Amino acid sequence: MVTVANGTPSGPADGPADVGVPPVAVGSAPRIGVLALQGDVAEHVAALRRVGATPVEVRLPARLDDLDGLIIPGGESTTIGKLLAEWALLAPLRECIAEGLPVWGTCAGAILLAKDVRDALPGQPLLGVLDIAVRRNAFGRQVQSFETVLDVPRLGGAPFPAVFIRAPQIESVGEGVEVLARLPDGTIVAARRGPLLATAFHPELTGDDRFHRFFVAVTRESSADCPPVATR
Amino acid sequence: MTETATHEKLAQGTNGAGHGQQAERRESTALIKRGLAQMLKGGVIMDVVTPEQARLAEDAGAVAVMALERVPSDIRAAGGVARMSDPELIARIIEAVTIPVMAKARIGHFVEAQVLEALGVDYIDESEVLTPADEEHHIDKHAFKVPFVCGCRDLGEALRRLGEGAAMLRTKGEAGTGNVVEAVRHARAVLGEVRKLRTMPPEELMSEAKRLGAPYELLKQIHETGQLPVVNFAAGGIATPADAALLMQLGVDGVFVGSGIFKSENPAVRAKAIVQATTHFRDPGIIAEVSKSIGGAMPGLEVATMPAAERLATRGW
Repeated sequence: MVTVANGTPSGPADGPADVGVPPVAVGSAPRIGVLALQGDVAEHVAALRRVGATPVEVRLPARLDDLDGLIIPGGESTTIGKLLAEWALLAPLRECIAEGLPVWGTCAGAILLAKDVRDALPGQPLLGVLDIAVRRNAFGRQVQSFETVLDVPRLGGAPFPAVFIRAPQIESVGEGVEVLARLPDGTIVAARRGPLLATAFHPELTGDDRFHRFFVAVTRESSADCPPVATR
Repeated sequence: MTETATHEKLAQGTNGAGHGQQAERRESTALIKRGLAQMLKGGVIMDVVTPEQARLAEDAGAVAVMALERVPSDIRAAGGVARMSDPELIARIIEAVTIPVMAKARIGHFVEAQVLEALGVDYIDESEVLTPADEEHHIDKHAFKVPFVCGCRDLGEALRRLGEGAAMLRTKGEAGTGNVVEAVRHARAVLGEVRKLRTMPPEELMSEAKRLGAPYELLKQIHETGQLPVVNFAAGGIATPADAALLMQLGVDGVFVGSGIFKSENPAVRAKAIVQATTHFRDPGIIAEVSKSIGGAMPGLEVATMPAAERLATRGW
């Protein structure tokens, strides 16, 4: 099990695991993990609380138990991949995904989910479970990062604010993969196949929680459970 | 806060859903500048002086590298004037890795910053580790497309830098010493002030702004949200996995490690151990495990007996 040492004062980055504000409907609140190896974990945790889910920070395999879904946040895909491998999370996560665990990757998370990463570093650990081809840093360096709004028909209503930070592009999608959003030039930036969801942008930075609600709805459709995993 | 946003219209096109409207594309907004720092949270940013070191850092799991000619302990030993690194070296380091690359400009040297922006660095560190170019004014960071990270010793200094447009903070510590004491002092000072503001009655905020020499609006924002408006890493003296975890438990969002990696006995192993300890900063068992057999740390310097003129943290105002 993860030992949580209650040390000194907690700062903004110190989100507790699953002991925070109880959601409105405790009985039915889905437990949604946020892979907390590195990246903008706290932003996803906050968004999940706002939509009534119970967030669980996942750093070790034991925390995968009893999750209804998992978010892989934004961050550095090389760093997160190495930490996934180091802490023996790759195999159990792939197993959970094979069992139908809903997983949503934002930016770095989308790269980790992709089956084809066109410019991965040699030996870069990846999950490789969603049939999309992505290119890292496809829009350029930080000065080319941008905000825009996207039409996302699945979410309905107003255009969705999208934040692209050294973001990947989805260059192609396989059979059965639904394209959820494109840029005006046609570039695919969000895709879904069943319980797996990938966005090249960061809904967690915008305060617009429609994507998080959508993902919670996806987890409600799925009855999959992670098989129990041995603690490292 | 106002940000100089660059507005750029995309070439005309229709999106997949068949709507004909032009989507506006906005670069270098506050959200974009601060957002990259949010993606670095929970990570380690490593000082590197060659493309080989940059690749080693990336392999060890660094979230970004800081491209330099010399690490702070060598700058300290060499004395003289420390300037922005050779653009050729920075360009080669940018070529060598896929993770973000940061580089340092002298305090107030906005032309060095313009050069770094032209080179395509992802973040500029307006850094006290280099010799200041202006003893009164820092760079107007709103004027740049590239985001800036700035050092701070207390909340007043932190908020003055934010007022000038910094998109990320780092507590200064004392660079190049391998001694974590100043990093702890500065992290406690900044985060302690944030905690104090959180509980302060609103009518006391203006006097506090005057006392800190910081913009009132930012104090008000921290009072309301209970946290700094940007990501705040620790820097200056972190040399071991336990040092990194200590700062994380104190409440910073991530760590910069300068001399601590490449001045140690086994940089590859130590770099990786510090990355692991930063992720699992609340798990003493894991910190113990990753700290085993990683070779000697860099030699440390006592800060308490250091002459005032040798202290880098006092640069900047």
